Amino acid sequence: MPIDIPKDKWPGSIKKITLGATAAEGGTRAKSITLGGQTTLPYLHFEAPTPNSPAIAIEIKSRKPEDWSPLLAEVWGEAMNDPAKWAKKAEEAGADLIVLALMLADSPDDAVKAVKSVLSASGLPLIVWGPGQAEKDNELLVPVAEAAKGEKLVLGICEDKNYRTIVATAMANGHLIEARTPMDVNLAKQLNILITDMGLPADRILMDPTTGALGYGIEYGYSVMERLRLAALQGDSMTQLPMIVTPGFEAWKAKESKVGEGVPESWGDWKARAVHWETLTAVALVESGADVIVLRHPESVKRVKSAIEELVMA
Amino acid sequence: MALSGIQIYKMLPQTNCKECGFPTCLAFAMKLAAKQVELSACPYVTEESKKQLAESAAPPVRLITLKAGTEVKAGNEVVMFRHEKTFYNKPGLFLRLKASDADLAKKAAAADAYKVNYVGMDFTLDGFAIEADGDLSAAVKTVRGVSKRPLILISNDPAALDKALSQLAGETALIYAADPSKYETLADTAAKHKAVLTVRGDSLEALADLTPKIQAKGVEDMVLDLGGKTLGEWLTLSTQARRLALKSNFKPLGYPVIFFAGQNGPEKEPVYAAQAISKYAGFVVLDTFTPELAYALLVLRENIYTDPQKPIQVQPGIYEINAPKPESPVLVTTNFSITYFSVANEVEGSGLPAWLVVTDAEGMSVLTAWAAGKFDAERIAKAVKEFNLAEKVSKKRIVLPGHVAVLSGELEEELSGWEIRVGPREAVDLPAFMKQALN
Ligand code: SF4
Repeated sequence: MPIDIPKDKWPGSIKKITLGATAAEGGTRAKSITLGGQTTLPYLHFEAPTPNSPAIAIEIKSRKPEDWSPLLAEVWGEAMNDPAKWAKKAEEAGADLIVLALMLADSPDDAVKAVKSVLSASGLPLIVWGPGQAEKDNELLVPVAEAAKGEKLVLGICEDKNYRTIVATAMANGHLIEARTPMDVNLAKQLNILITDMGLPADRILMDPTTGALGYGIEYGYSVMERLRLAALQGDSMTQLPMIVTPGFEAWKAKESKVGEGVPESWGDWKARAVHWETLTAVALVESGADVIVLRHPESVKRVKSAIEELVMA
Repeated sequence: MALSGIQIYKMLPQTNCKECGFPTCLAFAMKLAAKQVELSACPYVTEESKKQLAESAAPPVRLITLKAGTEVKAGNEVVMFRHEKTFYNKPGLFLRLKASDADLAKKAAAADAYKVNYVGMDFTLDGFAIEADGDLSAAVKTVRGVSKRPLILISNDPAALDKALSQLAGETALIYAADPSKYETLADTAAKHKAVLTVRGDSLEALADLTPKIQAKGVEDMVLDLGGKTLGEWLTLSTQARRLALKSNFKPLGYPVIFFAGQNGPEKEPVYAAQAISKYAGFVVLDTFTPELAYALLVLRENIYTDPQKPIQVQPGIYEINAPKPESPVLVTTNFSITYFSVANEVEGSGLPAWLVVTDAEGMSVLTAWAAGKFDAERIAKAVKEFNLAEKVSKKRIVLPGHVAVLSGELEEELSGWEIRVGPREAVDLPAFMKQALN
């Protein structure tokens, strides 16, 4: 019997935004990445095609992090001491873009040097995070933004207490910003309003709704993303932005991934578990609408990439 | 779709005879619509009305229960997105075993015994799917020797199924699967043994054609295999089937869905199973059993099926970790179970003694509770006073989670005489903080 499948037709759509600038666009990237443009919920091809595939970023640091899991140290090895080498390796591992996280120990000169070395080692678009302390973020991100003028970096992480300086320098130097709020639809909207009120066009904002890892509150992030996406499609312009999520950071902070000793036997093999933890966290968020997925382990990158390919394929 | 009181009233005798215990038929109809009385209380309803009322009361996705020594339920779902209400019946996780496998008993026993604890709850797998690539009855017997969990029997040979199901008297098993070319004998077998029958088709149309035919043969309990070959296709098919059931009240597809996660090899299996869990499967069959995969999937299932209105909470109070003394440090957190367990596990693992004050933040994590005004200086101060913390400790010093550093000034005002310290943002960093900063 013929079936009449209920289809949603939405008034709203997600804005298209472009990360990274090629020589023709005023930067030095080998290619730029365009995200967004969706007119329906994730991967429902019977309603509308997926105009732009989500992108996978690999997170690297300006200097070797002491608190990362030994499993990550094992796969990245010596490259962790040199952000340029690390970025190259990340590109080889299949990253579509790089997240370079600056650290508290960095001086403004160190930060600029690290960013420049990554930009010359890899042609991928680049996201740069400050170390996560308001003053230090401003101190490092402003010179970075100036030194990389025109590259269309994404600067982060802007939160409600700390967005003005970063937004101002992004505006002055042609970059984008990452706007993070703690798992709440209204807070996300508010921050986007504050930022666009400063004059930064909405198509230069990547929205970071924050998430928890599998077992550590992923359901909150998952549902907030579904609600943000629904609100956007219903026509709420301040939620119509592509979303970035950090399952790598979240999953590798969980005990399940981070450590191999002193855990219950029923948790099974450490390495396999760690990759499952990161991969499953990431895939759940891809299903709920993530556009940029920031990961840490190459094996997770491979698996999430293959999942995205199967979802995007019409 | 549920009927209104007025619609129900029209199907009642409208004689106001009061035998149901209500003054009028309309009053009774209102109670029926609110599901506060049973239709059987009225002796005069016609058979026709009974049938219509039963149909309208049926859930859009039929509830299917597989039963043996334990039970697993699927169906009865009412929403597309968990935030709209909640997802109710967690998809059963089954392990596929081959009848021909020489290690069948060993594999079944290991998976059956698997148990893992997550925030105070014990999780296990739900049952086994036995593939009849050898003697099915012998395999059922072997598995029953080591496990009492519900079974799925993978065979389309009615004779083999009949023999195997005869050993499972009193149980409700699931047969996999009837398809358009061969459903009559399988439907008979299912009806005879009161088994649930999986229906498989190349398209939703083919499935929708077949389920009424099977129903006509006396089998009410069915499960659907929607077909498809990629994540994208499965997402489309499961979304369409769920929408048809919920939004169009389309009965031919109003059954739970079964999904085989191992169909493209072990490397893709975890991701396939994860999508099935998030996107509407009622039964998920795995080809691989490893503790680390089972744990990850069981946790994902728990997270997705947690009622968003009722986050898992722990009792507010003062928790003693590693036998604290009066001079031991005081840590504060919220009563969201995951927050509590992250903090408690870290401190416990470090061996350092501490008092952990768990405030009533209505089951929200630190950041969410803070944003919602459920974890502020006032509430923390109230907890400290209410739990008489001052009587237990000699060192009046409180460590706040790093995420709410902003509260420290206010808290100092609320709690005069107490020193307020700002701890790390993440629980994993607590042991180092306690060693370095709290001496
Ligand atoms: S018993 Fe039936 S007919 Fe009589 S009042 Fe109640 S509903 Fe009406």
